[in-house]
Amino acid sequence: MPGVAASVGKAVALRRRWFLASTLLAAAVAWLAPANAQLNILITKPAARPVPIAVVPFGWQSSGPAAFDLAAVVTADLRSTGRFAPLPAADMVTRPTEPAQVNFQSWRLLKTDYLVIGKLTEDSPDRFTAVFELFDVVRGEQSLGFRLQAGRGDLRATAHKISDMIFEKITGIPGVFSTQIAYVSEERRANNARRFRLIVSDADGENARVIADSPQPLMSPAWSPDARRLAYVSFEGQQAAIYVQTLRTGTRERVSSRPGVNSAPSFSPDGRLLALTLSHDNGNLDVYTLDLATQQLKQLTTDDAIDTEPSWSPDGRTVYFTSDRAGGPQVYRVGVNGGRPERVSYDGVYNARPRLSPDGKTIAVVYGQNNTYKIGAVDAANGMLRVLTTGRLDESPSFAPNGAQIIYATRENGRGVLASVSTDGLIQTQIASVAGDVREPVWGPFPRP
Amino acid sequence: MKNVLWIMLVAAVFSVTACGKSNTKGATSSAASTVPSSSSSTTGSDSGGGIAVSSIDAAQAELMRQLVVYFDYDQAEVKPEFNAMLAAHGQYLAKNATATVRLEGNTDERGSREYNIGLGERRAQSVRRLLMLQGAQASQLTTVSYGEERPASTGSTEEAWRLNRRVELVYSR
Repeated sequence: MPGVAASVGKAVALRRRWFLASTLLAAAVAWLAPANAQLNILITKPAARPVPIAVVPFGWQSSGPAAFDLAAVVTADLRSTGRFAPLPAADMVTRPTEPAQVNFQSWRLLKTDYLVIGKLTEDSPDRFTAVFELFDVVRGEQSLGFRLQAGRGDLRATAHKISDMIFEKITGIPGVFSTQIAYVSEERRANNARRFRLIVSDADGENARVIADSPQPLMSPAWSPDARRLAYVSFEGQQAAIYVQTLRTGTRERVSSRPGVNSAPSFSPDGRLLALTLSHDNGNLDVYTLDLATQQLKQLTTDDAIDTEPSWSPDGRTVYFTSDRAGGPQVYRVGVNGGRPERVSYDGVYNARPRLSPDGKTIAVVYGQNNTYKIGAVDAANGMLRVLTTGRLDESPSFAPNGAQIIYATRENGRGVLASVSTDGLIQTQIASVAGDVREPVWGPFPRP
Repeated sequence: MKNVLWIMLVAAVFSVTACGKSNTKGATSSAASTVPSSSSSTTGSDSGGGIAVSSIDAAQAELMRQLVVYFDYDQAEVKPEFNAMLAAHGQYLAKNATATVRLEGNTDERGSREYNIGLGERRAQSVRRLLMLQGAQASQLTTVSYGEERPASTGSTEEAWRLNRRVELVYSR
């Protein structure tokens, strides 16, 4: 792909402050094919008091129609979190694009706490400069001001970058608009044939790209910590195997196809090891680590029970997993060098699929009780459980890299859909697919500069 | 009479072999296609001039046509009602060393997907053990667990879940 990405500009003097933006936007990557499935995010339960903000349509500094509507993407990003209530453009009395045009009193009358204005300029064919400023309307002062430069193919990414900066400035939480998610879709054809796809999209569901496509099940996608590779399970050839695929090139390696179960891959935080579940011939599932460079396999658990769904602590020293050694499935942890596992979850009869928050303090689980399955959050220190969701068949929780949100799969009117919940359980959104069932969402890491 | 029985036995074995072949082709489509249609495997005992011949072999053939074992919720223990069927398959495999069967473990949709892979494998292993008790060799048996990924029946009802908690026997030769 053309090496467009992203320079981010030098700081410009914008009223009172100087800022130096130094982050590169993620480079564009090559994909197999565009996906049919796209996602629409609905706020099912907004924050109690979403922040009123106005994102004014950006000025366009060249001839012809504007190359891209940055403000529309920023508005959608902020709204999708449930934490913001953007003012509809139709309700804007004025549409300033320069700081000098801003009349704070008129925005206060619209009960807007924050105001975003900006301009997009075409510097040369395929080179653009976006300038934006965030104002605290109540205080009547500028909070942020940045200039970003990008090629045409990176204008959407530029909008997400702007959203990230605004979101972090106002909430204190890093934005995740520039991250990606992976998920599995299944479509049923007229002849009852099934089509499984592994899809990677931007966090807002746009730019969906098919990573793998099979008539046999695909499952358990897992991101590498550098966001460049995905591990997943494929049943092509009527047997389970784990693949690691490089997203940019599409090349993939079959890293485990032993007899029986090959499943539940999870990259270690340094990307060197893959935790996985194997059953070998005897059908007893245990958790192992596989050194991806040397192929060395190390067994972490030895119980006769089902031991599976490994997930790493952020420091890479501990592996959490599901085991039904005490009857029903519960969460346990074991050191990366093995040893005696310790039980972590006690609340309820079914706690499975642990996933650690980025700070390692919270474990998202599938919590089963009275024939319903919801997403729970277990305190890693004391095992206390909070139930976060209200569905009947919720599964596959995955933390956003800022730790503020958990994406998961649920069912709505018989269809598989995705949903998200804030880690405090207060904000909920549903992410519906345009076509087919979608499931097993996994949130990718922050893009690396 | 002895001849009749012999013919029936041949017919029974043949029908199983034939079914096995069609299974390989149909394996990628719906689960229902792995169950052979009854029309191709009738042994002819019923058409023998109204004489009620109920031979052991016919019973075996009938059992051999059953290719799905169903399980209770969150259980991997084979229920007694499937013992006779699995005994028939195990004895057939013991007598036919070149026959191989793939045991596909499945679960209903409830709970965690990867844990369900474990549960499906446990079910497949339960069936494997019973077949081996009848003399089937390990080399004739492979297992694969699809967990909840290949439901025989869609929908979130008790009936769909009952049909999905299963092990399918898929003969390949």
